[in-house]
Amino acid sequence: MSGEQMRKLVVLAVVWLALLFAPYWMAPLGGYTALATRVLVLGLAAMSVNFLLGFTGVLSFGHAAYFGLGAYGTGLALKFLTTSTPLSLVLGMLLGGVVGGLLGALIVRRRGVYFAMVTIAFGQVFYYIAFQWSSLTGGDDGLRGFSRQPLELGLFQIDILSNTTYFYYFVLFCFALAVGVMGVLLRSPFGRAMIAIRENERRARFLGIAVERHIWIAFTLSCFFIAFAGALYALVNNFADPKGLHYSQSGDFVMMAVMGGMRSFWGPLLGAAVFVILQDYLSSITINWMSFVGMLFVLVVLFFPRGLLGFIRRKRAA
Amino acid sequence: MNVLEVRNATKRFGSLVAVQDVSLSVPKGELRAIIGPNGAGKTTFFNLISGFLAPSAGTIEFDGRDITLMPAHERVALGMARTFQITEIFPELTVFENVRVGTEVTAGYCLRPWISRAQQNDIHSRVEEVLKLAGLETKADRLVGELAHGDQRAAEIAMALTLNPHLLLLDEPTAGMGDRETFEITKLIRRLHRDSKLTIVLIEHDMRVVFHLADRITVLDQGKLLAEGTPQEIAANAAVQAAYLGKAA
Repeated sequence: MSGEQMRKLVVLAVVWLALLFAPYWMAPLGGYTALATRVLVLGLAAMSVNFLLGFTGVLSFGHAAYFGLGAYGTGLALKFLTTSTPLSLVLGMLLGGVVGGLLGALIVRRRGVYFAMVTIAFGQVFYYIAFQWSSLTGGDDGLRGFSRQPLELGLFQIDILSNTTYFYYFVLFCFALAVGVMGVLLRSPFGRAMIAIRENERRARFLGIAVERHIWIAFTLSCFFIAFAGALYALVNNFADPKGLHYSQSGDFVMMAVMGGMRSFWGPLLGAAVFVILQDYLSSITINWMSFVGMLFVLVVLFFPRGLLGFIRRKRAA
Repeated sequence: MNVLEVRNATKRFGSLVAVQDVSLSVPKGELRAIIGPNGAGKTTFFNLISGFLAPSAGTIEFDGRDITLMPAHERVALGMARTFQITEIFPELTVFENVRVGTEVTAGYCLRPWISRAQQNDIHSRVEEVLKLAGLETKADRLVGELAHGDQRAAEIAMALTLNPHLLLLDEPTAGMGDRETFEITKLIRRLHRDSKLTIVLIEHDMRVVFHLADRITVLDQGKLLAEGTPQEIAANAAVQAAYLGKAA
């Protein structure tokens, strides 16, 4: 086994052991289980954005729209349609993913800053729909009146509603599913063609890759992933917030991805962890917590342009 | 049958006519060089053939099929591969990975989320075959971005070869190279032409390379076809000499 493979295995083991035992080591360090759950969900969202940004080289600044659609889809499903938590998750993911796929078809011909602008514009459409359509979405107050339901597994049920540790493991299971699919995709011929487009779009085109179609599929997949994260987020809070659709939320996701390291698979999760934990800690001290997170972001981008994880990796290589 | 048949191709950019009424027939197995002074429209002409630009007038046939309006990636699927004047590679990937992308696309795997172990092995042996052909087998694990210019060029040609091309378009394959590297690349192109019987069209400024390799030469000047013939005929052509040395000559 080569050193590179060994290193990857060690990283995988560390990440999964840390996640598996998070409820046990977070508490002594002053954290709490629900915080770990938030890290997982927002980490998945940042990894979804990075699926497109870091591995296809396409910057979407409107992914919060599909995150929010996932959240509202799941919330509405639990409120009006079903008492099954897994079914509501699937419905939320489908809503965000399908809408993302349809809009993506219109967006993929644009590049660079134009692509980012169009994704913001489409994203804001959904923010204002959620904001204005009070009778359905609760408007500015957000969608309330639903809650995650215990999991029915035939003979017994798991109470993910009141037991936060059970709920954490439920979210970890969903996270592992999504991240597993993402990992398989990136190691496949499809994923390698994505990376080829990131590296050199013109060369990719002249190797016979249908670049627009490929970007569209990658965009749609990343919308499904982030909608799934959004659906989980609705369960975390038993609440869907129109701010979750806003482009500033998209900006937060991009920030997590860039801060953690957008060329690495796990970087965005680290970025999300730093972001969420700082937010939790600083917002109890000052309402201006965001300026400190922003300062950290600027420092990271200036001094570790490859993100926190990229920095750690280079240190070890040196 | 001719592999490539360009009839009366014209390309205008606003009021500038970059390529005017140029026709070109390349039979199977021929190595054709396109030469001409700077600004003669050689690269624009190449872009029309490869589908990077659409012609304003005229038609292009490839293997007897009209491809005038076909998008670039579909031409590639038909067997037309090209390299660029400025090397176009995937700099942060290894030589092996660079070549693997094209191999997988050619095998039709580019949208597959999963391939079997046997398919992976086939891909690997094909990649190694191409690397050997291009003389890169010892550099497979190096990052392409870190290679010498000549090796990057060879890597780009190797990527084009993974497409099993019927026609290979090379835009200034020796641009920016020293004598040693020029010699190596010329040897590689010659091998592809003689041994692999590839049909090749190349643009080249280095006349030693052109006269060494070409079966026939096409001369463009100011967007128009100036002359066409064997290397001996072109060397003796008065109009070509005038275009290269200035009208006063």
